[in-house]
Amino acid sequence: MKYADIVHRCFRCGYCKFTSDYTDFNCPTYRKFRFETYSPGGRMWLIRAWLNGEIKNSDRFQEILFSCATCANCVEHCVFTFSEDLVNIFISAREEMVNDGIIPPPVRDYLKNININGNPYKEPASERGKWAEGTLVETYKDQEYLFYIGCVGSYDERGKKIARAVGNLLVKAGLSIGILGDKENCDGNEVRTLGEAGLFQFLAEKNIALFRDLGVKKIITLDPHAFNTFKKDYPALDGEFEVYHYTQILAPLIQSGKIPLKGLNDKITYHDPCYLGRHNGEYNAPRKILKAIPGIELVEMDRSRENAFCCGGGGGNFFTDILGGGEDSPSRIRVREALDTGAGIIAVACPQCAKMLDDAVKIEQLDDRLKVMDVAEIVTNCLL
Amino acid sequence: MDDIAHSLAMIVGEAYFSNQPEEAYFYARDPGLMPPHKPDYVVVPKSVEEIQEIARLASREKIPLVPMGAGLALTGLTIPLKGGIVMDMKRMNRILKVNEKARHVIVEGGTSQGLLKAYLEKNYPRLRHSMPDSPATATIAANVMIHGQGRLTQQYGFNSDMISGLEVVLASGEVCKIGSCSMSPDWFSKGAPMPDLTGLFLGWFGATGIITKVAVKLYPKKKMRDVEIFITDREDLVPDMVYELTHTEMVEDINIFAQPKPMIFKDNHHIAIFITGDTDEELEFKRKMTWYSLDRFIKSKDGGFMGVPPVMKPTLLEMPQRSVSRFADVKKGGGFEYSGPIIMVEKYPECAHKIVELAEKYDLGYSGMARIIGRSHAMMYGFAFTFNRADPDMMDRTRKALHEVSEFALEAGGVFWKATVDEQKMAMEKMDPNTLGIMKMIKENLDPNGIMNPGNWEVI
Repeated sequence: MKYADIVHRCFRCGYCKFTSDYTDFNCPTYRKFRFETYSPGGRMWLIRAWLNGEIKNSDRFQEILFSCATCANCVEHCVFTFSEDLVNIFISAREEMVNDGIIPPPVRDYLKNININGNPYKEPASERGKWAEGTLVETYKDQEYLFYIGCVGSYDERGKKIARAVGNLLVKAGLSIGILGDKENCDGNEVRTLGEAGLFQFLAEKNIALFRDLGVKKIITLDPHAFNTFKKDYPALDGEFEVYHYTQILAPLIQSGKIPLKGLNDKITYHDPCYLGRHNGEYNAPRKILKAIPGIELVEMDRSRENAFCCGGGGGNFFTDILGGGEDSPSRIRVREALDTGAGIIAVACPQCAKMLDDAVKIEQLDDRLKVMDVAEIVTNCLL
Repeated sequence: MDDIAHSLAMIVGEAYFSNQPEEAYFYARDPGLMPPHKPDYVVVPKSVEEIQEIARLASREKIPLVPMGAGLALTGLTIPLKGGIVMDMKRMNRILKVNEKARHVIVEGGTSQGLLKAYLEKNYPRLRHSMPDSPATATIAANVMIHGQGRLTQQYGFNSDMISGLEVVLASGEVCKIGSCSMSPDWFSKGAPMPDLTGLFLGWFGATGIITKVAVKLYPKKKMRDVEIFITDREDLVPDMVYELTHTEMVEDINIFAQPKPMIFKDNHHIAIFITGDTDEELEFKRKMTWYSLDRFIKSKDGGFMGVPPVMKPTLLEMPQRSVSRFADVKKGGGFEYSGPIIMVEKYPECAHKIVELAEKYDLGYSGMARIIGRSHAMMYGFAFTFNRADPDMMDRTRKALHEVSEFALEAGGVFWKATVDEQKMAMEKMDPNTLGIMKMIKENLDPNGIMNPGNWEVI
């Protein structure tokens, strides 16, 4: 296994589980399961044991490995020089398990669906661009930007609403954007994090070839997960593009007044998506947008920015739901934390986070006190 | 699932019970060098009532019961030497009450040092507790159980001296309150003026009971904090230097470290002197007092204050010091262990010689670190060796070096801190027979079935 020469170096000191100021345990799997085995240190020690033949690939071991939300809290807080590789190590272990064909059924089904249908929803490709019907968003021809949506924004009802909001805003701001519609493919970020390296490479190369054929130079993504893989993984496969998350495009447009906004009298807290924040260091753009809206009071949760608590949807868990369920599921903890700020709205910048937190608000029966809205939806409500 | 497994799962809930190989593997070992031994079951309880039920079950079935905080003692104290149940306490991590004016806090038995620090900083910025340099996930209860030390140890003694009340679940399942809380709603004293019963549990590593709540004293937190480093190559003078420093009563904490790398550190002893103040004037006054106290050593050219490089200062002032954990990867091997006997400060020169001797003999990376306890009343001298977890030979050499440390410490009049099972045996062999007799009486009465962390403090 790649990184096999590193796994023994974990001291299991446990800094990886915390925020930087120790406010709370911040590893979503440890926070939920509470056995040390579900912490990053636990995974390191168990991977080593597994490689040494001291434990076997079991249902439990699979749950431990595949419940990791790849949120990178451990990467942020581990004190050792190999901290950067922690998530990569867990993904590499998953790759080994995928290669062995012994993986949790939801993971297997997700990967199969991507392989067969190009999306996890078993929907035809012809449905991909349907979200854009009734909007001013056009199909990509030779526009300046490709607006890449991803599977959740294309097929999930919650995601589609966000895609429409972002698409309309970008067009309204006068940006030259186009979408791939039924030609769009899965970006592969979750395929990669779930350990199907071969399928990821196939998807990435296919996307890169398509983008090149179409002359794409600049990409705006709806989803931080796609943003992450286009930015970090595609270049290694010769896929060099200028990649932006939509908040990075919107922030300067709103700040410069190109999208004039009316005021909103709301108290809002912002939830940092892991693949925008910790993975890519973008904490400011969404906040700049929110702060530019007159009348909004932006309050921070105890855990924000580098210390943000994951919604529990990362690393494929949005689709496999291995980490979900129960009072201590990360999304439920997160909405309770948001409630503590006194905010009435949780702003998000990721369709996966939106859906996860939306569901959690319902389960916690907070519908009348807390609303989950994408930053783009909030801006849309403020359009003059 | 066997009957015991079923019962445990019923008590804590299936989600917090495991008899799976993964937990058995992990909870069989700690980050140190002690041989692993698998538990049969691991549970993560949420309440005192659950712990009571588990204790009753363990007593009835005569199954070993081993409480565990973060498992960071490194000396194998939470390894279930005879199998049974490991009880991970960290789900019980509520901060129950802070009495600001009486300066104490009551926490549940699995509350981490980090959580309390963050809580106080946010809610009671003028209060602090004695933070050890173990990782932030270390629990307060386990730390006092092992007589840990922290940032306030030079001023107020062992962290266990700062206890102001305990709640303990006995092997029988009974809950026992220790201190003023046994007859008052307030947890302000661990014993005095009544008989102090905390000794029935502290230092026993769970062999007499499980701490489910602990109250610890809080202390004034000054607005400013700084560190000075006095360097000397005269280890024989270190005890005198410490004596002078402690005489000032101006110092928060005194640590002395000596290590071979970087090269400019070699053969020197660095006395890190921490000071605090609410104003610049207070801080500067204390700084000057520490300078004056060591003036004669500067004049005799036996030492001097070094300018603490800006890059080094945050590392030293951090609480806990993350750099302590980083020592584990010096050899890119993720391991370190130390033996930290509590010993007279006058033994510093011998300790300093011994660690170098052992590091050379066994070809090991080392770091010597002393923390002063009280006003020079004693010190913990940490003989720390780093090892590569993937190098069995290096691990073996480290074990041998640590064994020699144990022999040396005993010979030098020291007492083992968080003693390994072997050290416990060595201690009991050397101990006054009447003292041992009292320990035996305590153990037999509090744990008649021998189920509480068996293998530890087993008086034959």
